[in-house]
Amino acid sequence: MNLTARVVVNRLAQQCAYKRIVTFSTKPAEHAVPAQDEPKNVEVPPAAPTQTPAVPPTTPRKPIIPANYRFVYPEFLPDPKVEWRNSIREKLERLDMLERRKQIDLPEFYVGSVLAVTSSDPHAAGKTSRFVGICINRDRCGLRARFVLRNVIDHQGMEVVYELYDPTIQKVEVLRLEKRLDDSLFYLRDALPEYSTFDENMEAEPLEEGAPVPVNDIKVVLRPRPWLERWERQNLRGVANIDQYLKDKHRLSSARVQKPWEKYDMMKHYRSTIAEEEQTEIFAEVHTELHTLELQRKRNKRKRTFLKPKHLA
Amino acid sequence: MALRLMRTFTLGPATLNAVGRQQHQQQLIHTTPACCEIRKLARLRVVDNSDLGKRAMAEGRPPRCIHVYNKRGVGLIGDKVLVAIKGQMKKGILVGLKQNQRPKQPKFDSNNLVLIDDNGSPLGTRIHVPIPTVLRTILKEKTLAKGADYTKVLAIASRYV
Repeated sequence: MNLTARVVVNRLAQQCAYKRIVTFSTKPAEHAVPAQDEPKNVEVPPAAPTQTPAVPPTTPRKPIIPANYRFVYPEFLPDPKVEWRNSIREKLERLDMLERRKQIDLPEFYVGSVLAVTSSDPHAAGKTSRFVGICINRDRCGLRARFVLRNVIDHQGMEVVYELYDPTIQKVEVLRLEKRLDDSLFYLRDALPEYSTFDENMEAEPLEEGAPVPVNDIKVVLRPRPWLERWERQNLRGVANIDQYLKDKHRLSSARVQKPWEKYDMMKHYRSTIAEEEQTEIFAEVHTELHTLELQRKRNKRKRTFLKPKHLA
Repeated sequence: MALRLMRTFTLGPATLNAVGRQQHQQQLIHTTPACCEIRKLARLRVVDNSDLGKRAMAEGRPPRCIHVYNKRGVGLIGDKVLVAIKGQMKKGILVGLKQNQRPKQPKFDSNNLVLIDDNGSPLGTRIHVPIPTVLRTILKEKTLAKGADYTKVLAIASRYV
């Protein structure tokens, strides 16, 4: 028994060594591979695979990565779907993203923040177009990261999808930095228009430096059915009056499709997220540059901000 | 007579069961959401101030698309459509769509239409919702390709997005 265990450990160590040589340039993958293997061979003592790769990277990497990076820069984390992973591509994309971030200030924002995006538009009269709206969704990873802005202009609701790293985008301003109670606000399409109406000439509302991002716990009022989606099935927290429009059949059917056990499904959670070790790997790669960019932004902001006195004495 | 009564009585629970099964089946029927594409018989919203369009919208009888003038049969932005509006056939240009658009192009909450006549000049004098800027390029190209002048629609727009 002892001997077989030792043989297994040896073989594992060999595999690790082999993998380390093959994927020499891509350090995140090295960590990712044992992390993915872990659930498969549970009975193997985990000391051997974790020890070997853990020792070399910890010594040179000193920078302490802020815990909020995974919320501020979610697009730096790759898609957790295993079939779509490609460590080299991810690394190259990260380099490209940093290059783009050196050219343009892409600020921190969340679903529920109000943004103004200025992009060059060959069809527009002035060759640029500016759209103000509330961010109702953020999706996709890496260079393909996108967000959706929604606004109601002249009583006409409209949405525009922007790619965050689109080279034609000239400027992204955050007019109001805040979060909402839900992860995506598609239900604003079925809400009363005043909840998605934002003034185009809105001024940026400054937030104190270092203050936590406020959560706006506004409850949206939906208009009566028909709706675009079955909102009653999605356990929305930011909707005030959904019960008013539900009949018993809707309640029954939504209770039937609920999956209350999913929050205990550790494998599902594991497959749908990037492990913490891997996140630290990724952010350790980009941390220094992101940090310098942040410092630069702060310096520029201090230079630029000249508060115009509103009332003259 | 009595026998027939008995039969109906015995049939009672069975028929009830059948009704129950039907209800169950009704619950299982899969219903798809409304198709957002502009095809034949899609309802549209007139967004100009033409008399005909305003009356049709006020009556709650929006125009229906009865033909799309392209080869695909699905109307995209800037396409010309034939609509049935208040018992008449009129042509119109699609100036805003519900369906998903490319990045940076607006997607609207309603399918918007501007009524035109055969020469391409609009029936109204004003469009009271924003229209996408791509429409400038698309309509200019169509004007060059076809005989009619569609750029007059651009002239009555109040706002671009």
